[in-house]
Amino acid sequence: MNLRAAPNFRAVWAIYRVEMARAFRTVLQSIISPVISTSLYFVVFGSAIGSRITEIDGISYGAFIVPGLIMLSLLTQSISNASFAIYFPKFVGSIYELLSAPVSYLEIVIAYVGGAATKSIILGLIILATASLFVPLQIEHPFWMLAFLILTAVTFSLFGFIIGIWAKSFEQLQLVPLLIVTPLTFLGGSFYSIHMLPGIWKTITLFNPVVYLISGFRWSFYGKADVSVGISLGMTLVFLAACIAIVAWIFRTGYRLRN
Amino acid sequence: MPSILSISGVSKTYATGFTALKEVNLDIQRGEIFALLGPNGAGKTTLISIVCGIVNRSSGTVTVDGHDINKDYRAARSLIGLVPQELTIDAFESVWATVNYSRGLFGKPANPAFVEKVLRDLSLWDKKDAKAITLSGGMKRRLMIAKALSHEPRILFLDEPTAGVDVELRQDMWEMVRRLREDGVTIILTTHYIEEAEAMADRVGVINRGEIILVEGKAELMRKLGRKQMTAELRAPLASVPDGLSHYALELSPDGTQLTYTYDNQSDRPGVASLIRDLEAAGIQFRDLDTKNSSLEEIFVNLLRQKP
Repeated sequence: MNLRAAPNFRAVWAIYRVEMARAFRTVLQSIISPVISTSLYFVVFGSAIGSRITEIDGISYGAFIVPGLIMLSLLTQSISNASFAIYFPKFVGSIYELLSAPVSYLEIVIAYVGGAATKSIILGLIILATASLFVPLQIEHPFWMLAFLILTAVTFSLFGFIIGIWAKSFEQLQLVPLLIVTPLTFLGGSFYSIHMLPGIWKTITLFNPVVYLISGFRWSFYGKADVSVGISLGMTLVFLAACIAIVAWIFRTGYRLRN
Repeated sequence: MPSILSISGVSKTYATGFTALKEVNLDIQRGEIFALLGPNGAGKTTLISIVCGIVNRSSGTVTVDGHDINKDYRAARSLIGLVPQELTIDAFESVWATVNYSRGLFGKPANPAFVEKVLRDLSLWDKKDAKAITLSGGMKRRLMIAKALSHEPRILFLDEPTAGVDVELRQDMWEMVRRLREDGVTIILTTHYIEEAEAMADRVGVINRGEIILVEGKAELMRKLGRKQMTAELRAPLASVPDGLSHYALELSPDGTQLTYTYDNQSDRPGVASLIRDLEAAGIQFRDLDTKNSSLEEIFVNLLRQKP
């Protein structure tokens, strides 16, 4: 076997380690800040609004919003971690080293997306632990809970990776997360059941992909969902496949990397 | 000597329509120091970027030690180290971490002893724990070199290696390049400092407007295209060059006190001895004689003028 043609696992590990080291270097921004934000959500939504909404689908309001809150952070942090990770070397010019290294496209994606997804999964678990301090939690389907967590983190890290390659400025880097992802997340049933919406809005909401992620994730906690868990899983996989296809096209054409 | 890098018919047209390279052919010999000279925008960096895999070419083929840079990119790239023109480092990484990262990126197993040697050779060892952002410009340049050498490349590209570097560091770098060559590393450098090419290169290539207009051994280039000048400082000023000396095409200084004779190895102009005899015969006495060879810089400038 030609060793020079063998997969470059050391490169994957080198990139992954640098990405993880960055998270620990910026622990205040990476970990503490989202935890504080989540705690504030509990204070505002859980206590202030929760005192007026006692239960949704038989679940206390405080516990009901936990999966949505985790998804909110998971989506935004996955996108932000991955987009920044690939945009920063583009911005400072150090991407030359990555492009000139004997690394395949797949290895680059695995390393960057793996690093970003790992960070957001750790964050999701920290938020889960934080939430357990405020409300009693139950996880009916722990396997599926982890599956949705990992699948969503990987999918949105891929999405972030695409944004990072597409972006030509820090403004563009923030554009999609701020103008599209955050509104979709807030309107995706994080803080309410879509059954609570009036007819037409309920139908419109079904076009929001985040609804399926939150619904599936909430099902793994409480066994209750706004839409069928099979559809949730299917929609997540469709989005994952779309992201993989776009990344494959980017690397095949060298879009905004090798041109 | 077999070539370690072969560039054949490489062209590059950017999406904007700008053609940076036109059918470039170039062979780099194993173990040589090759200087690629050219004005700004000539295509030097584009050519290097294509060989290193940073920019896609529009057409042509490139092989590194027999490995096609696309079909066998892992083998090709693992042989190459690149020090780009710009100081582009992750500012928040330590020197030690970033050099080890580069080694890992190129698939090499961790080797702290080797990385230590590289850092010591580049006088960076005492800064190994410092973050890149805290280093001076010269140190950052050395760090870029350390990163490029971390995976033990057989070909090293130095894109304007001494731009903005002080004289002492420049001399250190030249010394380092010579040591690398002694270890068998092939060096390809682009430079604006012609004296750099003159001091170090075995061969020189000149690129202009995306075309290689000349590739020649440095000594051969100097011999073929280099000109010599002899200037005679006259005891008494002349009003004009005597008719009997017209076939020398002498230049008389405005104040009439200096006569300059330009000649080269290729021309059929008479030699210096003949001129001196003729000057004496014409009764022209001189106080001093000065001769000089044209530098590579003058050759370079003349070449670009000849081929607009």
